Amino acid sequence: MIYRESGQFKTSYVADQAVFPIAQDRWFIAAWLLVGFVLVPLIANEYMLRAILIPFAIMALAALGLNILVGYCGQLSLGTGGFMAVGAYAAYNLCIRIPELNPIIAFVIAGGFATLVGILFGIPSLRIKGYYLAVATLASQFFLEWLFNRVQWFTNYAPSGSVSAPPVTLFGLTFDTPVLKYLLCLAILVVFALVAKNLVRGRIGRAWMATRDMDVAAEIIGIRPMYAKLSAFAVSSFFVGVAGALWAFIHLGSWEPAAFDINRSFNILFMVIIGGLGSIVGGFLGAAFITTLPLILNQAPQWFGIALSTAMISHLEFMIFGALILFFLIVEPLGLARLWRIGKEKLRLWPFPH
Amino acid sequence: MKSFWTRSVAALTLAGALAAAMPVQANEQFIPVLVYRSGPYAPNGIHWANGYVDYLNLINARDGGINGVKLTYEECETGYATDRGVECYERLKGKGPTGATVFNPASTGITYALTEKASVDKIPIITMGYGRSESADGRVFPWNFPLLGTYWTAADVLIQHVGKLSGGVEQLRGKKIALVYHDSPFGKEPIPLLQERAKRHGFNLVTIPVTHPGVEQKAAWLQVRQQRPDYVLLWGWGVMNSTAIKEAAAVNYPREKMFGVWWAGAEPDVLPAGASAKGYNAIALQHSADKGAIHQDILKHVYDKGKGAGKKEDVGNVLYNRGLINALLVVESIRTAQGKYGKKSLTGEQVRWGIENLNLDQARIKAAGFYGILQPVKVSCNDHEGVRHARIHQWDGAKWSFVSGWLEGDNSILRPMVEGAAAKYAKEKNLTPGCMKG
Repeated sequence: MIYRESGQFKTSYVADQAVFPIAQDRWFIAAWLLVGFVLVPLIANEYMLRAILIPFAIMALAALGLNILVGYCGQLSLGTGGFMAVGAYAAYNLCIRIPELNPIIAFVIAGGFATLVGILFGIPSLRIKGYYLAVATLASQFFLEWLFNRVQWFTNYAPSGSVSAPPVTLFGLTFDTPVLKYLLCLAILVVFALVAKNLVRGRIGRAWMATRDMDVAAEIIGIRPMYAKLSAFAVSSFFVGVAGALWAFIHLGSWEPAAFDINRSFNILFMVIIGGLGSIVGGFLGAAFITTLPLILNQAPQWFGIALSTAMISHLEFMIFGALILFFLIVEPLGLARLWRIGKEKLRLWPFPH
Repeated sequence: MKSFWTRSVAALTLAGALAAAMPVQANEQFIPVLVYRSGPYAPNGIHWANGYVDYLNLINARDGGINGVKLTYEECETGYATDRGVECYERLKGKGPTGATVFNPASTGITYALTEKASVDKIPIITMGYGRSESADGRVFPWNFPLLGTYWTAADVLIQHVGKLSGGVEQLRGKKIALVYHDSPFGKEPIPLLQERAKRHGFNLVTIPVTHPGVEQKAAWLQVRQQRPDYVLLWGWGVMNSTAIKEAAAVNYPREKMFGVWWAGAEPDVLPAGASAKGYNAIALQHSADKGAIHQDILKHVYDKGKGAGKKEDVGNVLYNRGLINALLVVESIRTAQGKYGKKSLTGEQVRWGIENLNLDQARIKAAGFYGILQPVKVSCNDHEGVRHARIHQWDGAKWSFVSGWLEGDNSILRPMVEGAAAKYAKEKNLTPGCMKG
């Protein structure tokens, strides 16, 4: 009843090919954008912004990027942390070596460097598949971590190997308050989400999905696997690289290679799997789930006035978090995005869903 | 079942009503406590955290707070991870009537991340014996206090000590010293100082990294076996230390020639290695597993009332004392600040003044119950370390005992390096170095 498109007639090809062909979806997205850009900055406190919303926005961007590779093109990658590190260190080096360069532009160029590295490490995907590719990308993770730990040029010979980011400015505006940082991350996320959405429903996206579903069949109908796979690696690494630069510059401010270790890769892979492989909204849902749930679990005992030792809370956090991941994977192996889709289908038939 | 729910809802409502009815206690000082009681570094982190909160509880139980201002605190688990540490900082910085008093990150990585944030929020950071070495220059780092020595101080004292063992630092010429370090900002921190000393005295420095968390060190110790260094400095943490000692035993490297940093010189570092740890040395920035009047008070006022954070028999071990002294410095800084700003809840900015003007002489140390454990500490804007004395202690298989007298970090080497690194930081960040007023 509420969510039903009857009566919405498409009178042009443009209307038919719109990103959100259904009016309710458009309203829904507009409402979310309004909440994100207007309501949240007005009501959220500093803790919400700096500890939850900014990490969420950046991780959602990374998950979006990885989802293109894993969810849409079917190439399993464990090197996300390494590609994020490439973005972060590329942006850092661009900023300190070319001080005139605006950091925002540096982020984009850093994404370009991550793309190049991503393509390089994507080359093995032309010959190997599945678990073997996962191991090959794992090697890239370890190599990149080693590189930024060992080659001191990347850290500008900082004695401790820890570097700190210069301030981010744009048109004389310095992004130093939590609200501004949040808005910057959100704006970048929205732009990239739009790009991703359009890519996956276009020719390239269809080539990726065909390769994912059956690469031999895709090749027979005329899709070049090299082009499809490497372009997926390229686009994915670009997203992930920009996310890495944001994570370093906006969220951490000062970081060491350990900030992009193998756990970061797993974390983002879990976001994609929990959120839903091959779904844009899944990246958002997965990122929200993985970034906020541990924090909620960690603080919940206090909210309810349950006195537990810090160690106990921390152990419970790990156990409940793990159990919930298992629960979701058993109940809905296709991820939170699938639940979302089922909800929408039910709404269409409401009040008589079957 | 229904009655259970009704009752719990009723109880919750009542509790809520009580909480709402309670008057806001303004005379409180909130202290955030960043801890790691879980994860690979928990065996060490737990003792530190217990010592820290036990001391705060003691001040409340014995003295009724600091001059009547009660101490409140809240723990937050970081797991030694930088991003969780930042989250904890954000979570705790606004609590209490005047916000967080002072942060003790207990991790070099978190210290680096918070250095950028704390100056904006006007909350001081105490990094007792760790953190950024160049932050000893308070003119560039007004909010950072690496009290009781930095990693550079520790490395300097260690070189002095091995120099003495060889019959004078000049005898180190041509010798080989290896640094086996935790591959993180923490482990890399001493390298510049060691390089400087190597240049002066002509010894060879071999740096051997060990990947976090350090359970796999076969390759590192194979390198030690090939190179046969005269001394090994161990910059390890958590499980890495006991593993290193076991590996040293496996390649038959004499433990008497191994010297750990203070993070590698506590009971959890040697006990798992068993008999192979006998003879292993570590630097003690001030204290070892000493016991003083303070421990009697803690047992009497905290543990005998069942409020102890840990086990009774752990009171007084090395890292417990570390937490204790850390809390002492916080409490005494607040006391100093109260002398200027009045006996009420103080802001982080006011407490910063208290740390910068902290002056613990022997009399005050004795009154606090730390006689013989701590050397006098006098902090100033120029010198945020306060004191650079240290001793070396050795594990004899059952306990730690001192094998050296008091050694002092050589400021003629340390100071130019600190000032150089601080000036570089100031230039990068566009800061004008200068002492803060008020």
